[in-house]
Amino acid sequence: MLNLWITVESIPKLLRGALLTVELAATILALSLALALPVALCLNSKRRVIANTALAYIMLFRGTPALIQVFLVYYGSSQFDWVRSSFLWPIFKEPYWCAIIALSLNGAAYTGNIMAGAMRAVPVGSVEAAKALGLSWSRTQMLVVLPQAVQIAFPAYTNEVIQTLKATSLASTVTLLELTGAAQTLVNDTYAPYEVFLAAGAMYFVLTYLLTLLFRRIETRLRIGSGELAGATLKLKQRVEA
Amino acid sequence: MLEALFTYRHQLLAGAQMTLLVAVASLALATVLGIAGAAAKLYGPPYAVRAANGYTLLVRGVPELIVIFLIYFGGTVTLSKIAGRYVEVQPFVAGVVSLGVVFGAYMTEVFRGAILAVPRGQAEAAHSLALSNRQAFLLVTLPQAWRYALPSYGNQWLILLKHTSLISVVGLEELMRKSVIVAGATRQPFVIYCSAAAVFLIMTLTSMLLLRVIENRVERGVKLA
Repeated sequence: MLNLWITVESIPKLLRGALLTVELAATILALSLALALPVALCLNSKRRVIANTALAYIMLFRGTPALIQVFLVYYGSSQFDWVRSSFLWPIFKEPYWCAIIALSLNGAAYTGNIMAGAMRAVPVGSVEAAKALGLSWSRTQMLVVLPQAVQIAFPAYTNEVIQTLKATSLASTVTLLELTGAAQTLVNDTYAPYEVFLAAGAMYFVLTYLLTLLFRRIETRLRIGSGELAGATLKLKQRVEA
Repeated sequence: MLEALFTYRHQLLAGAQMTLLVAVASLALATVLGIAGAAAKLYGPPYAVRAANGYTLLVRGVPELIVIFLIYFGGTVTLSKIAGRYVEVQPFVAGVVSLGVVFGAYMTEVFRGAILAVPRGQAEAAHSLALSNRQAFLLVTLPQAWRYALPSYGNQWLILLKHTSLISVVGLEELMRKSVIVAGATRQPFVIYCSAAAVFLIMTLTSMLLLRVIENRVERGVKLA
């Protein structure tokens, strides 16, 4: 049966891994959120060239596995001598930064798509009202469109946050010792897969569960007095799944 | 630079074939588990409802990689103990079981929503025609639920197709694993991984087109509100 002593012994190492997992997830989420806004604005642009460029970016990142993207940034970049000799090499030789770059670009594609959909779902009347009040384009976006879009996008974004947390496990494939990587090395040492992987799985579960609770809290706070956006919220969540 | 790609093209194509095979096999398992899970949640006795709820909650909170490792390494340990000698789980089997179990959880929600979307009157009519619960579910509700399930089902297929690349970590020679091998042999990782990404892109884009065709076909004759 299970040797619980191995589980207990592995907990400190797994916790250290979990800390790195949280660090990776937080960095990736911050970067992809920052990148997602320009992506969403470009995607909704009236200029065809700009909108299609954003669409191509999203297609490329959503149409290929995240694992390949991580490998492309980490192993792929080292194929070129000019990368190796450039000032960027200190970044591209680190698996830590490569995982962050790849997964942030990936997350920005998904999040940008969610944001763009949410901005399109904002009731036209409120934009017209802003225009009638003489607000400029940028002020309309900042003061009228975005606050409503955030509410509409929130449930879909919560899913995206959970996916990102789980996607950090891919960093283990480029030698990072986050939770999955730490579990793997422990299994290599002890050859007790159930004891270690079940413990790691439980830690992931607790992390995602806490995140879900936190985001549900924020969601109910955001929802104050915005019943008319509920339909758009549900539709967006169903549409941006893949 | 592209010579390497040309030399090893058969390797990559064989990998793509394996990717499709493992994806279709996982989809089949996920569909069966999804329908069973949805039926358990909607019609099952309390313990079945609780079991199905636990299944979807747990699986969705854990990365696929962990599930794959657990089933591959855990399965090997268990099988070896039973057989009394070292028996390794086939990477293909481990991959299909893990992706099937993971996506079965997502499919449970897909089918649950779809079954709920079928008007109640349909099942009631079936019962009034003396069909058993089983017959009413399999012959009346489920065939109609497919139509509602299709868009989300297609989305899950697209995600599943990409996630097959994760099975490469336990050594299944699908497209990703083949790319790692070829990238090592040619020392041109950028070219090889880009090609593999392109193959995946072709597969997902083709799937999207096919799904749109199927959705249109399924929607024929349906009155739009």
